[in-house]
Amino acid sequence: MKILTGNDLGTGDVIWWAGDGWSRQLADSVDVGDKGEELAGAEEAALRVVAPYVIDATVTDEGVRPAHIKDRIRALGPTVRPDLTLKPNDADAGNWVI
Amino acid sequence: MYRYDSYDQSIVDTRVEEFRDQTQRRLAGQLTEDQFKPLRLMNGLYLQLHAYMLRVAIPYGTLSGKQMRKLGEIAAKYDKGYGHFTTRQNLQYNWIKLADAPEILAELATVEMHAIQTSGNCIRNISSDQYAGVAADEVADPRPWAELLRQWSTFHPEFTYLPRKFKIAVIASEEDRSAMKLHDIGLKLVKRDGQIGAEVYAGGGMGRTPMVAPQISDFVPEDEIISYLEACLRVYNRYGRRDNKYKARIKILVHELGVDEYKRQVEEEFAHMRILGLNPPTEELNRIRPFFANPAYEQGLSDDLDRSDPAFALWADRQVAAHKQPGYAIVNISLKPRGGIPGDASAEQIELAAELAENYSFDELRVTHAQNLVLPHVKKADLYTIWQKLDAAGLAEANLDLITDIIACPGLDYCSLANARSIPLAQKLSERFASIEQQKDLGELKVKISGCINACGHHHAGHIGVLGVDRKGVENFQLSLGGSGAEDAAVGQITGPGFSEDGVVDAIEKVTDLYLAQREEGERFLDTYRRLGMKPFKEAIYG
Repeated sequence: MKILTGNDLGTGDVIWWAGDGWSRQLADSVDVGDKGEELAGAEEAALRVVAPYVIDATVTDEGVRPAHIKDRIRALGPTVRPDLTLKPNDADAGNWVI
Repeated sequence: MYRYDSYDQSIVDTRVEEFRDQTQRRLAGQLTEDQFKPLRLMNGLYLQLHAYMLRVAIPYGTLSGKQMRKLGEIAAKYDKGYGHFTTRQNLQYNWIKLADAPEILAELATVEMHAIQTSGNCIRNISSDQYAGVAADEVADPRPWAELLRQWSTFHPEFTYLPRKFKIAVIASEEDRSAMKLHDIGLKLVKRDGQIGAEVYAGGGMGRTPMVAPQISDFVPEDEIISYLEACLRVYNRYGRRDNKYKARIKILVHELGVDEYKRQVEEEFAHMRILGLNPPTEELNRIRPFFANPAYEQGLSDDLDRSDPAFALWADRQVAAHKQPGYAIVNISLKPRGGIPGDASAEQIELAAELAENYSFDELRVTHAQNLVLPHVKKADLYTIWQKLDAAGLAEANLDLITDIIACPGLDYCSLANARSIPLAQKLSERFASIEQQKDLGELKVKISGCINACGHHHAGHIGVLGVDRKGVENFQLSLGGSGAEDAAVGQITGPGFSEDGVVDAIEKVTDLYLAQREEGERFLDTYRRLGMKPFKEAIYG
């Protein structure tokens, strides 16, 4: 599947296109098919995202999984600071990115 | 320490307001990202993996207690309670909101700080020796020169759009604690016939094409240093490549022209500049120098130290360096706790460092390129108290220049350029070699880790260097041996095929085991490597 990601213009937070808006949760991502670039342009122009780009991802038993480790780290947060990730109570959350 | 005059303050304040307006226009949609990006980068604001990152300049790594306290306050108020000290003696905040950035810069300006020229193809923050002004072996204090260069290079109209970024280091000791020869230009102040001048080195650097800078002049008199640098930059600005960013640094120009031809062109330009008389007036250097006068040291202090507490003695033996003034010492504060993140400091730790500087070090701190802190003027009688305070704050690791005093860039945990994570590897090595007895036995051993070929973690200069690469989407780590950022500067050599994260930790242990087995009396790891060469290490690693 193709999913669309970028950073929130104001906060810089990592965000994922959820079909009707942006979410901070990778799990909310939807397949953008071949509409990613068009969506990215429109959303950037509307000041809702900065530096958007389309990535490959797969659906696994654990949910959506970006193809590249960089985007898995973006989805989770810094693996060396579990307290600052989206799973602050899971000390082993970083293993998911590998 | 240098204090801003009205001109310094004015240009910084003006820049803050300019950026405030630019940010407001960006948030209002009046500027696109393409238009705004170069403006934010000129103010040190990057967009990284998880958020905006602000890189704050710490000129030649020197800070007052008040400045340090402000850095801690900003970490607590605008970030997530910590900052990251970098290999350029700067500080980075990882979690900045765009709307807050102008206000942060305004707060920095109240303590004579900024983020100007911490990005972009300009002359970056000048780096220097963290022991400047207190090292017994320096011929002069390099800080007045570093400050003069800061003023010369700030908003220099001719050098705002160089082919690529440009880094300058100034030292004044035989011992190089600043990786001077791995800068675009390195200056080493020397004395000849009673006169101060500089040896000039040009075309060093790390990145994808690491080079140790060759010397292009063995003595430029002190009143001509600025003109000479101007000539160096002019030749680079004119002929440095702009068609390929990977070949745009001055090291490529010097290499392609040849040292002699580059030097000839610089000398030709220099002769022209001499006629124009563009050197800054001596009065300016004379105005700057008193800011760096010795503090009011107490006289007649004892050099005795009560070493009855073994934990204190262990720390003092490792972290305390000789000071030029009897009764005083230089204190190195490790930012490399066991299993910790190299260079990270919490807002509370930053506040403590500020307090220690104010109360025990004549209100001065230094940041080192090895991502540690220094209290430069501490009475030996205060060392025990300082150690107790550091220990209570988790800052009393006794590992200066040992195998766990690891330099590591932020890597793929934070950086959008990185290919692999540097910090987890540093943490694993820190745990593997946690035994202080083992570390002391291994002696000086500088491990440096970069998460990509840009080499912010100085891996080329590591006695043991590690470069993280992306191998078909999987992190892989290349090992190199024999690098040095010191006066015996050298670029490390790659051992062979790369490793997984755990594999490179094992490989490093094989390297250290071989060193322990093969070393001769008094040899550091680097000495043994240089004597034996790569072959036996390669055999030990790969069988």
